[in-house]
Amino acid sequence: MASTVIDGSATETAALPQLSNDEIHRYSRHLILPDVGMTGQRTLKNGRVLLIGAGGLGSPTALYLAAAGVGTLGLVDFDVVDVTNLQRQIIHGTKDVGRPKIESAKDRIADVNPHVHVEAFETPFTSANALEIAKDFDIIVDGTDNFATRYLTNDTAVLLGKPNVYGSIFRFEGQSSVFATAEGPCYRCLFREPPPPGLVPSCAEGGVLGVLPGLIGTIQATETIKLLLGVGDNLIGRLLLVDTLGMQFRTVKVRKDPTCPACGTREIQELIDYDQFCGIPTAAQEAAATPGEVRDITPSELNARLQRGDDIDLVDVREQFEWDIAHVDGARLVPLNTVASALGTFDKSREIAIYCKGGVRSKKAAAVLVENGFTKVLNVEGGILRWADEVDPTLPKY
Amino acid sequence: MPVTLNLPTVLSKLAEGNKTLEADGNTLGEVVSVVATRYPELAPRLRDENGQPYPFVTFYLNDDDIRFNGGFDAAVKDGDEVTIVPAIAGG
Repeated sequence: MASTVIDGSATETAALPQLSNDEIHRYSRHLILPDVGMTGQRTLKNGRVLLIGAGGLGSPTALYLAAAGVGTLGLVDFDVVDVTNLQRQIIHGTKDVGRPKIESAKDRIADVNPHVHVEAFETPFTSANALEIAKDFDIIVDGTDNFATRYLTNDTAVLLGKPNVYGSIFRFEGQSSVFATAEGPCYRCLFREPPPPGLVPSCAEGGVLGVLPGLIGTIQATETIKLLLGVGDNLIGRLLLVDTLGMQFRTVKVRKDPTCPACGTREIQELIDYDQFCGIPTAAQEAAATPGEVRDITPSELNARLQRGDDIDLVDVREQFEWDIAHVDGARLVPLNTVASALGTFDKSREIAIYCKGGVRSKKAAAVLVENGFTKVLNVEGGILRWADEVDPTLPKY
Repeated sequence: MPVTLNLPTVLSKLAEGNKTLEADGNTLGEVVSVVATRYPELAPRLRDENGQPYPFVTFYLNDDDIRFNGGFDAAVKDGDEVTIVPAIAGG
């Protein structure tokens, strides 16, 4: 670990990479900073940090680590830049929409600091590749957006004995900590198991304040730099809770759990199937579990049927504020969490077509209806986003 | 002076928008029961069907994880502060 580098012998300091005159000029504010200085800056240059995810959290983290002169940044992401990312993913720009995030991030980092070497992994982070990708890095930064990859990231860090700089966000609130150091707890010590799928909405479903990942990501960048330098007190054994609405920062204790299967008993000796661990059904299970009575219908097919006058109850199960952004003419609004109490407004003899934003909530609403004896239930594939693509391009997409 | 519970925004919606709640009890479990009765929609987000905490919602009593202090059996006293932290995954 880096702290052994900075605390180490003169020989180890001598082995650190030298700074060019350009670099000395660039990093002058660090070089005159007590606790960084020339040795610290050379330590940063020697540092190898792996960022899992180049999205909301990964954007500010990567930019600040690059600007600070961390020598090697590994980036893992397989997504492409979407215009809805730009509200918070500040490493990408409007010109990058449609490009792989990895390429966009690499270009931006090269502009911020050409002395930084980027190792790009344009692939999902999986149990099959995680150990191989992470093994040559000093620190892993968790900027992922789902529970399965968070547990994978944590277990990878524990197995390899590398710190996991954690950050997580939802709506107006964020969390950060440093897990999997030799002496500290890991993510599983904090949350032994993930919530069942669907209980906690993703940012795509629940929304997120654009500046929030900026706050949490820069905290992750700060903790990463401190770990590399071996200075200060890290968020080891502490969980920072950030509430941007109340503008309150609170720190709670996270204890190393001796019964933790990852870092306590060490019964987890290899990476597991994290989708299964998180209760995410496989495609085959999902197909088998889909109630027989729910039929999928594409927006084009549905539109054709509505145009010819078929009697279909078109139901929007999104929230009021989403309805206000855009809705399909002729639909009525029954938000998903009110479907069960609004069963009386549905007619069993009519066909019911349900849509939401992208097709996830409508499936849940359809399942509720089927459970309650409705047999003519249609699920609009791809939701209003696909409706806008196929039927009505004047609708705003969000 | 009763025990104060700090709720994250996502749960405060189920408690009529209150981000802090006050309730009496001798143990954390009793305090949670009082709050669960007061806000039935919040109840299933705080404890499972056996009345136990979930592995993905951590309770802190005066900033310390209650799992190391008896879980819901942890004794509480007037003025104690409980912070509820659910797992979130956005990034």
